[in-house]
Amino acid sequence: MENTTKLKSADEIKVKRKKSDYVLTVIFSIICLFWVYPLFMVLYNSFKKKANIIPYPFDLPNSETFVGGENYVQAVSNSSTGLGFLGALMTSVVITVLSVALILVCTSMCAYYVTRVKTWYTAIFYYFCLFSMIVPFQMIMYPLTVITDRLKLNNPVNISIVYLGFGAGTALFMFTNFLKALPADIEEAAMIDGCGPIKTFFYVVLPIMKPTIISVGILETMWIWNDFLLPSLVLAKEYKTVPIIIQYFNSGRGQTEWGAVMASMVITITPIVILYFCLQKHIIKGVLSGAVKG
Amino acid sequence: MGKTLKKNPLYLLLFMIPTVAAFIIGFVYPFIMGIYLSLCKFKTPKHIDFIGFKNYLKLVEGGTNTDRFLQSFWFTALFAVLSTVLINVLAFTVAVLLTKNFGGTNLFRTIFFMPNLLGGVLLGSIWTILINGILSVFKESLTNKGIYGLIGLLIVLLWQQIGYMMIIYVAGLQGVSEDLKEAAKIDGADSKQILFKVTIPLVMPSISMCTFLTLTNGFKLFDQNIAMTGGLPNHETEMLALNIYNTFYGTRGQMGFAQAKAVVFFLIVGLIAIVQLKITQSKEAD
Repeated sequence: MENTTKLKSADEIKVKRKKSDYVLTVIFSIICLFWVYPLFMVLYNSFKKKANIIPYPFDLPNSETFVGGENYVQAVSNSSTGLGFLGALMTSVVITVLSVALILVCTSMCAYYVTRVKTWYTAIFYYFCLFSMIVPFQMIMYPLTVITDRLKLNNPVNISIVYLGFGAGTALFMFTNFLKALPADIEEAAMIDGCGPIKTFFYVVLPIMKPTIISVGILETMWIWNDFLLPSLVLAKEYKTVPIIIQYFNSGRGQTEWGAVMASMVITITPIVILYFCLQKHIIKGVLSGAVKG
Repeated sequence: MGKTLKKNPLYLLLFMIPTVAAFIIGFVYPFIMGIYLSLCKFKTPKHIDFIGFKNYLKLVEGGTNTDRFLQSFWFTALFAVLSTVLINVLAFTVAVLLTKNFGGTNLFRTIFFMPNLLGGVLLGSIWTILINGILSVFKESLTNKGIYGLIGLLIVLLWQQIGYMMIIYVAGLQGVSEDLKEAAKIDGADSKQILFKVTIPLVMPSISMCTFLTLTNGFKLFDQNIAMTGGLPNHETEMLALNIYNTFYGTRGQMGFAQAKAVVFFLIVGLIAIVQLKITQSKEAD
């Protein structure tokens, strides 16, 4: 369907492009500047002396305030004035990759069992998962920190179990929605050919689920990568993620090394924006399928 | 396939148990414990005294005892309603325009959606710098007056969520068939009538979904709140989630009270979800 609309619009461009269309293009270009400017502001301020950033974020760097890559060096260095930003970046990457991988493997298998085995306990579990989606984090945050401390889930590796538990609802919902519409014929055929349920799942069902896996993966990545409150409460004091470190300096508790803060924001934002422009089709599809939850 | 899976408990163990175990640790246990703790007085998890509904009574009694919970509630409700109306009206307008055929619509959609990839803390920090940069000209700052905080939070949420809701509306609008609009046109309807009598009724599912999403997002807002105002000045811009957080970790010996607030918070959000579900179901039945 996408192809036909694209072809159609390409045709119409030649046939009828009215004057008002150009006006709309100009108006939207101006509005979009407001969407791009805040990020651009972070970029040029990362090259300024720290004293010239706040409260003058609108001034572009000039020969007096320009400091080259100094802020970037400070952001990644581990010295006393450094932010220790690289460590936080590593922690964030470890948590996100492990948690998303664990969520994808475990909940897709679980969703398969829930949709194919229809008994009381799979039904109960499914409804509990749906219910968990409307519970705000504040409701469970204190008891959660108690149990995660006790079970030693307070490090970047084990916290993935917490994310699996609290993120199971959305993922399970999206996977079961897909599997419910999938006829069991193909699986029966694989069974007759001598595949056990495990082989059937990994070699037959999982490849068919690929589009949903990508959507779930993107939604969970966006959530976990940006999550602030859960890791700041659950993780032991020595571990910091990127949002935790940004909030730490933003709240003025650290020495306000604004230059280094700006540089670390640029390091955080750049890969996300590049990834977004490469994967935007998948990302938008993921958001749309996730939004249907409600 | 179902029978084979069900026969052997090994498959139950392999397929279900990892997720179920994590779900019990990450949700079921904390949820039940949360309800129990809201009926208790405690400072550490080791010394818990059951006190019945006293924490809830403290909330109902009002006065200074409520610890600004009511004030937070009204501020949150005001914010949620304002942001819901503004975001949806603007996102819908943008979506209608961006489904027209003019140069750059794809690029514009991409740019509007972009802020959603960055976390609330990052967005809040960036906009704090920008807004304070403007306010400093008038020797003011974001945390000087409650109204500044309210407007600042609104700007950030609009900047972030217009793109998100716009994507959902665009998908809805693309599902409206051109033939229907064409038929209405032939029958003599002008473009305004087509929009209100044909298009809007047909994208009602998208509208109710976006309304629900923005309303619950507004009620649950936390990251942007703590990053931008932290509730300043004098707790005026403290929303419910932050109020609960501050009661837990900012004051001593109020843990049980904070947990009771959290239960009430859950009930409010749950109520919105149920009302939304009922409205959607009655619409679908038509």
